[in-house]
Amino acid sequence: MSFNLLKMKKNILLVAAFYLVTSSMFAQDDLLKQVEDQGKKKEYADYAFKSSRVIMSHSIELLKPGTMDFRILHRFGNVNDGASEFFGLDHATMRMGFDFGITKNLMLGIGRSTNKKEFDGFLKYRFIRQATGPHSVPFSLLAAVGSTLQTLKWSDPSKDYVFPDRLGYYYQIIIGRKFSDRISLQLSPTLLHRNLAPTVNDPNDLYAIGAGGRLKLSKRISLNLDYYYRFNPNTADGTHNPFSVGFDFETGGHVFQLHFTNAIGMNERIFLTETTNDWAKGDIQFGFNLSRIFQIKKKRLSE
Amino acid sequence: MKKISLTIIVFVTVCSVLEAQDKFYTKTGKIFFECTKSPLEKIEATNKSSTCVLDIKTGRLQFAVLMRGFEFQRALMQEHFNENYVESSKFPKSDFKGEISNNNEINYTKDGEYIAKVKGKLQLHGQTQDVDAIGKIIIKQGRVIANARFAILLSDYNIRIPSLVSDKLSNSVNIIIDCNLEPFKD
Repeated sequence: MSFNLLKMKKNILLVAAFYLVTSSMFAQDDLLKQVEDQGKKKEYADYAFKSSRVIMSHSIELLKPGTMDFRILHRFGNVNDGASEFFGLDHATMRMGFDFGITKNLMLGIGRSTNKKEFDGFLKYRFIRQATGPHSVPFSLLAAVGSTLQTLKWSDPSKDYVFPDRLGYYYQIIIGRKFSDRISLQLSPTLLHRNLAPTVNDPNDLYAIGAGGRLKLSKRISLNLDYYYRFNPNTADGTHNPFSVGFDFETGGHVFQLHFTNAIGMNERIFLTETTNDWAKGDIQFGFNLSRIFQIKKKRLSE
Repeated sequence: MKKISLTIIVFVTVCSVLEAQDKFYTKTGKIFFECTKSPLEKIEATNKSSTCVLDIKTGRLQFAVLMRGFEFQRALMQEHFNENYVESSKFPKSDFKGEISNNNEINYTKDGEYIAKVKGKLQLHGQTQDVDAIGKIIIKQGRVIANARFAILLSDYNIRIPSLVSDKLSNSVNIIIDCNLEPFKD
């Protein structure tokens, strides 16, 4: 009997001690932890690139809705032309462009290059956005479709050209991933179609794959690489695969992309089919892209 | 004997439930900040999903806010805020842990407005600093509304302002807090 009683007492003490310990534990515990969701939330990986272009190619980044990106692109002459040509800076071609962010997954843009007086326009749509957390995909998948229109007078007016001969189209899938804060990589399989190819050796449909990436060096500077491999180029015309390497400098309102490249062209049709310079021979140019983003439609901040 | 232990269990359980009702919370607290220097460019943002918990018995007060939840009028400003200033991928969350030092002067059972002196530690951008603020507690039909307005210095939290934008961005940040708290049930 007395043994039982002792056991009971022990039990009571244990229960009381347990409650004391747990309640004091609760009291000391983080108040926030009691109300916060334990489950992880889906978080998108943003800002894989500083700009919507790697250097020449579309990047996996889109403009934010309501913004306009005014882009001025310059490519100079060959650096190895020497001091008398001021290392190529005496010659410049340019492209002026306006890009617009429409929704969070859609942007479009138009531009015009001095080279061949060519207009271009594109739509870029994001199907999959890289995220972490439940139901997320670890990469981004986008598609870009664009068209180019040459407006230069035909070199031989006696021939029977029609308007569609001036047009070219490109279709691109962009798949990329922001691996870390510093490193983002992407691949872009591309089909370029020209209604009129310059010679019989030139395919109307050119297949290529682009590879681009960035290494962030500091908060405001990154090193970017941009390359295309062409599967069925015209081997007789002496063109090369375009390759650009450069730095992005972000200065608050502007992003400057300063780079060296063998591609004079500033739209997909030109740089895939008319890159006559060769890195191996040192025929490279200095170039820059200047991007200035304007907020056209301000987001409303409700009080 | 069994009865006694049962009574203790019931009593302590009831007590802990009662204790839980001492807490008020929200997950949709509003935090606004501005650090404008030039009238030409307003630099301000609002976060409408901050978490706030107040234990009215002890006066303990805690906030947590996701940096990515701050919305700016300009998308580019928001990008720079996350990428260059608060580095929200490295430091996703800011929190405040403190208490109302004059909690005994606040009658939470009676509607009215009370001055609340808040003291605590604010963690932002991986740095923790002491913060004092005078806020207001408004009791209205069983709800607790917490308002406060205070300022912090970016330099205290290791957030550097590049000289290029030093004429636009002020080192002193004004923060306004507006939380509508409701009773918390486990």
